[in-house]
Amino acid sequence: MDLATFLIQCLNSLQYGLLLFLVASGLTLIFGIMGVINLAHGSFYMIGAYMAYALAPVVGGGFFVTLAVGLVLSVILGYLLEWAFYSYLYEREHLQQVLMTYGLILVFEELRSLIVGDDVHGVKAPEILAGTIPLGELMTYPVYRLFISGVCLALALGMYLVFTRTRLGMAIRAGSTGVAQREMVQSLGIDIKLLYRVVFAAGVAIAVLAGMVAAPVSSVYPGMGQSVLIVCFVVVVIGGIGSIRGALLAALLIGFVDTFGKVLLPQAAGVLVYVLMALILLWKPDGLFKAG
Amino acid sequence: MKGRLAFVAAAFVLLALYPLVAGKFGIDLATKIMIYAVFALSLELLVGGTGLVCFGHAAFFGIGAYATVLLSPAGAPASLAWLLPACVGAAALYALAVGALSLRTKGVYFIMVTLAFAQMAYYVVHDTPLGGGTDGIYLDARPALGSLLELDGAHTLYFFTLGALALVFGLLALLVRSRFGRALAGIRVNEQRMRAAGFSTYPYKLAAFTISGALAGLAGFLFAVKDGFVNPELLSWHLSGAVLIMIILGGIGHLRGALIGAFAFVLLQEFFKSEALFGDFARHWHLGLGLTIILSVALLPRGLVGLPQALQARRPRRPVTGSAEDAT
Repeated sequence: MDLATFLIQCLNSLQYGLLLFLVASGLTLIFGIMGVINLAHGSFYMIGAYMAYALAPVVGGGFFVTLAVGLVLSVILGYLLEWAFYSYLYEREHLQQVLMTYGLILVFEELRSLIVGDDVHGVKAPEILAGTIPLGELMTYPVYRLFISGVCLALALGMYLVFTRTRLGMAIRAGSTGVAQREMVQSLGIDIKLLYRVVFAAGVAIAVLAGMVAAPVSSVYPGMGQSVLIVCFVVVVIGGIGSIRGALLAALLIGFVDTFGKVLLPQAAGVLVYVLMALILLWKPDGLFKAG
Repeated sequence: MKGRLAFVAAAFVLLALYPLVAGKFGIDLATKIMIYAVFALSLELLVGGTGLVCFGHAAFFGIGAYATVLLSPAGAPASLAWLLPACVGAAALYALAVGALSLRTKGVYFIMVTLAFAQMAYYVVHDTPLGGGTDGIYLDARPALGSLLELDGAHTLYFFTLGALALVFGLLALLVRSRFGRALAGIRVNEQRMRAAGFSTYPYKLAAFTISGALAGLAGFLFAVKDGFVNPELLSWHLSGAVLIMIILGGIGHLRGALIGAFAFVLLQEFFKSEALFGDFARHWHLGLGLTIILSVALLPRGLVGLPQALQARRPRRPVTGSAEDAT
């Protein structure tokens, strides 16, 4: 492996890892704050990707307009879903949550099939970002992949600022000390129902955005949400449930292990991520970072 | 207590009489359901009996199934006398190894570690030539016990599966009432207190995990014999999820919940898949299944087992009877 290939694979790992982080961050927040195991989170990623495909001709006006419209729709979707389904789950056992969100996965997949169909579709990257930049003498790297990494990094930074610098962030941090603290947080004068609804909508919006941004690279296909879901659970668990910092580190780790695994050890690529998770959890049974 | 016993006895009697009225399709479907019921019962011992949520149970099922095909000699039927113990043993051995490592973790971490080990097994059969790769492999001849019992006919297999189901159900019903089962229930409710009471909880959990894996291996064996074919999907997380859904749907904490859940899940699938009922829309059978599952969570928080009580509670001026602590 020469330097240019190595560099390209590093950039790919970074892009994949950051994308995983976006989906996983919503998952870990929803779990850490509301105590809900949301199996349907991968579906939001899938919905995002299909929005990027199906909304474009409806909206017109190019990729970025689609992105904006999709984002608004996803916030509304998240808000409605929390109100209609998830708000009933907070008091329930985890296994009941698993059952209901599994039901939601089936419903989302079938609605997708009814509305858009079961074909695999490509999504075109916007014109401005369609180019490549040279790397070394022979290799080039697509600008669009750099754009994905940039969007993810900007969002990660934005989340960090919201968490550490705003009142909302303070409320979220108070809430993420555990579900047992719910009453304590409420007694501090925080409207916990509203907080839950906002966090849930934000989690959905971020996952949808990740799906939309990723669509030109990954193309859109049925079942894409479920494969992402499992990897994101791995990320959440390795990082430590409820920890955003842990999710970022774990997502990057998995991005690198998976990408380089596919290049260096193609026979064992699928299993590497799980071996990594098993090893880390046997070493640190609570993940790398504990929530907080 | 009496009502529950009557329900289970009636269910088994109906199953025993069912072949008198059923055609080939019905026999096949019922055999499949009973195999899933054995599988669900094996998981119920862990989830409902011990409070350990295993999200990689398909690995033990798949290993039992793959062992059946791989250990059978080419062209000739293998003897049940050694093949069945070998397959169950293979699954138990893997469960022992997985349990020994993963029981160090707790809660959601445990769920994910069991998933990780199942995925490892999945990729071993998926990506190596050992088990025929993604195409899977065929079973040459179904196993037999001399000329006494040949599992080749649909009826023989049906009754063999029914016998296995009854045996597993009886075994688990005894087990949850034994000192061992009580200790497991204690671990489920409060592991800290069990340790304070002088129980070393780890060996108990490991034993439960291994027994559960072995029973899942038995279900896998039956599945391989029924279909005569195995592929990596038998070890996939989709199946691990499906069996978990079955027992939650039926009602956690009750052995009969696993039975009811397996029946309900497969029958709902068949119902919504039926082209006679839904015509072209049957293609979208996931939608109906998903909505039914969501409704069942909303209306039946205790699973289908709680259905009679939920109905009773609707009726005015009649006190709700029945205890929450039953285990059958």
